[in-house]
Amino acid sequence: MPGALTRAHRDEWARVVAALAKRFGDLDVAEEAAAEAFATAVERWPEQGVPPNPGAWLTTAATRKAIDRLRRETKRDDKHREAQMVLGDEPPGDQGVIDDDRLRLIFTCCHPALAPESRVALTLRLVGGLSMPEIARAFLVQESAMGQRITRAKAKIKAARIPYRVPRAQDLPARVSGVLAVLFLIFNEGYLPTGSHSGPDRHELTAEAIRLTRLLRALLPYDGEVAGLLALMLLTEARHAARISAGGELITLDEQDRGRWDATLIAEGHALIRERLATGEPPGRYQVLAAINAVHTSAHHIDATDWSQIVALYDRLVRLDASPVVALNRAIAIAELDGPEVALAAVERLATPLAGYHAFHATRADLLRRLGRTEQSRAAYDQAIALTGNTAQTAVLTRRRDRLTGEAPAG
Amino acid sequence: MQYLVTVIAEEANHAGSAEEMAAIDVFNDRLQAEGHWVFAGGLAGPSNATVIDNRDGAALVTDGPFVESKEFMAGFWVLQAPDLDVALRLGTEASRACNRKIEVRPFL
Repeated sequence: MPGALTRAHRDEWARVVAALAKRFGDLDVAEEAAAEAFATAVERWPEQGVPPNPGAWLTTAATRKAIDRLRRETKRDDKHREAQMVLGDEPPGDQGVIDDDRLRLIFTCCHPALAPESRVALTLRLVGGLSMPEIARAFLVQESAMGQRITRAKAKIKAARIPYRVPRAQDLPARVSGVLAVLFLIFNEGYLPTGSHSGPDRHELTAEAIRLTRLLRALLPYDGEVAGLLALMLLTEARHAARISAGGELITLDEQDRGRWDATLIAEGHALIRERLATGEPPGRYQVLAAINAVHTSAHHIDATDWSQIVALYDRLVRLDASPVVALNRAIAIAELDGPEVALAAVERLATPLAGYHAFHATRADLLRRLGRTEQSRAAYDQAIALTGNTAQTAVLTRRRDRLTGEAPAG
Repeated sequence: MQYLVTVIAEEANHAGSAEEMAAIDVFNDRLQAEGHWVFAGGLAGPSNATVIDNRDGAALVTDGPFVESKEFMAGFWVLQAPDLDVALRLGTEASRACNRKIEVRPFL
C-alpha cells in the first residue's frame, strides 16, 4: 500500500495540481485541494483498496475539495471569488503550442517575472510535489521562510495575472531556456550543495531534477536543449557512487573507480546525444556540455580519454557561452592535451573575473603542483579552501595541499 | 486588467530627447490602435513636487518629494492588457521607445 501511494504521488501529483489550476484558475486552491486529496487517499486506500485508476480518483477527490473550499469562501466574499473564477476560463488563444496542463504549470512556476529562488521553490512544490519542510531542508532555510517565499510568489501570480499557459511559439525558446535554468539550478544544488552544514551531496534534489526534466522531455520531445540537459544530468548522476569517498571526500574524475559508474544511466545519456546528433541541428549549450560528459563516460580509464575531442567541444561551447567559467574548464582539458604550462597561462588570464571562484584557485593549485611550484601551489590551495562552501571539496583540497611537501615535478 | 508602466529616470536623463519623444508618439499610436491605451503622461521633476499631510485636519504643506532618491518616476502609462505576458511585452517596447528603465505593476 505505501508503494501504491508513493507511486500515485510521484506520477499523479503534477497532473492533479495542473488540472485543478486550469479548472479553478487559482494555484492556491489547486495546491491545497491536491494535498487534501492525497491525505484522504492515505486514510482510505489501505481500508478500501487502491482504486483502479488512482489518477482519476485523486483528481475527482481534489475537485470536490476545491469546490467545497470555494463554496465556503463564496459565502464569505462573493465578489472577490467570482473574479477569481473567471480567470480560469480564459481561452488559450492561438498560442497553445503544446496542450498539456502540466506544461502550463511548469511555465507558470518558472515565469521570468518571479524571483529565481521563488521559481525553484514553486516548481518543486507545485510540479514536483515536495512538501514545504522537504524544500526548506533541501535549501537549508527555515520552513517559515520557504513558506513565505511560495506564498508571496503565488500572490504575485494572482495579482499581476501571470498567465497559466504555454507561451507563444516565438517566445517559446527563451521561456524553455528559463525552465531549463530552474531545473539545472535544482540539480546543481543537489550535486554540489553550497551550505557549510550540508553533506557532500543531496541526492534527493538531483533525483527530483532528473524526474522533472524527464517530464519536460516527455512534453517537449523535439526540443534539443531539453534532451541535452537530461543527457547532461544523467551522465553526471551516473558517476554519483564513484564521486564521494566513504570518508566524505570528493573524488575527482581522474581518481574515480569507473567500474562504479552507472552503466544504465550512461547508456541512456549516450542514446540521447546520438539522437540529437542524428537531427543535424546545431547543438545548444546543454547539448555541448552533455557531449563533453559523453566523451568522459566513454573512456574506461582516464588515460583513454579523447582530450582533443573534449577541447574541440569546449571550443564550440566558448562560441555559445564566452564566460570565464567555460574558459577555465577548457583550460583544464588543455592541460591534458598540451601540458600544464600551456594550461596555466590560459588560467592566469582569468585571474580578474574569477578571483572569488573556488574552482579557479583549485585548478591553478593543481597545475602549479604538477609544475613543481610547491609554495605557489600551497597558497592557491589555501585560497580555494577558503572559498569553497562544500564539505567534500574542502576535504580533497586539504589532502592535496598537505601532500605537497617534497613532491617532485610531474606531468 | 490594467497595468501601470512607470518610467524610471535620473536627474541626468530626466528630459526626453526629440528622438525619444518621436519614438514614444509612434508607440502611443500603436497602443491606441491595438486597444491597449488607457492614459499616459510625463511628469515634471521631483523638485517641483509638493507634499500635503492633512490626516489630522490641519494641512501641512511642504516642498519636495515625499521620498528622496536618485531614481524617480519621470512619467507613466496606464495600459489595458489581458495578462502579465502581454503587459511585459508592451513594457519591453515602452522601455525601448522612451529609452529608460520601466516598471510594470498591476492595478488591484
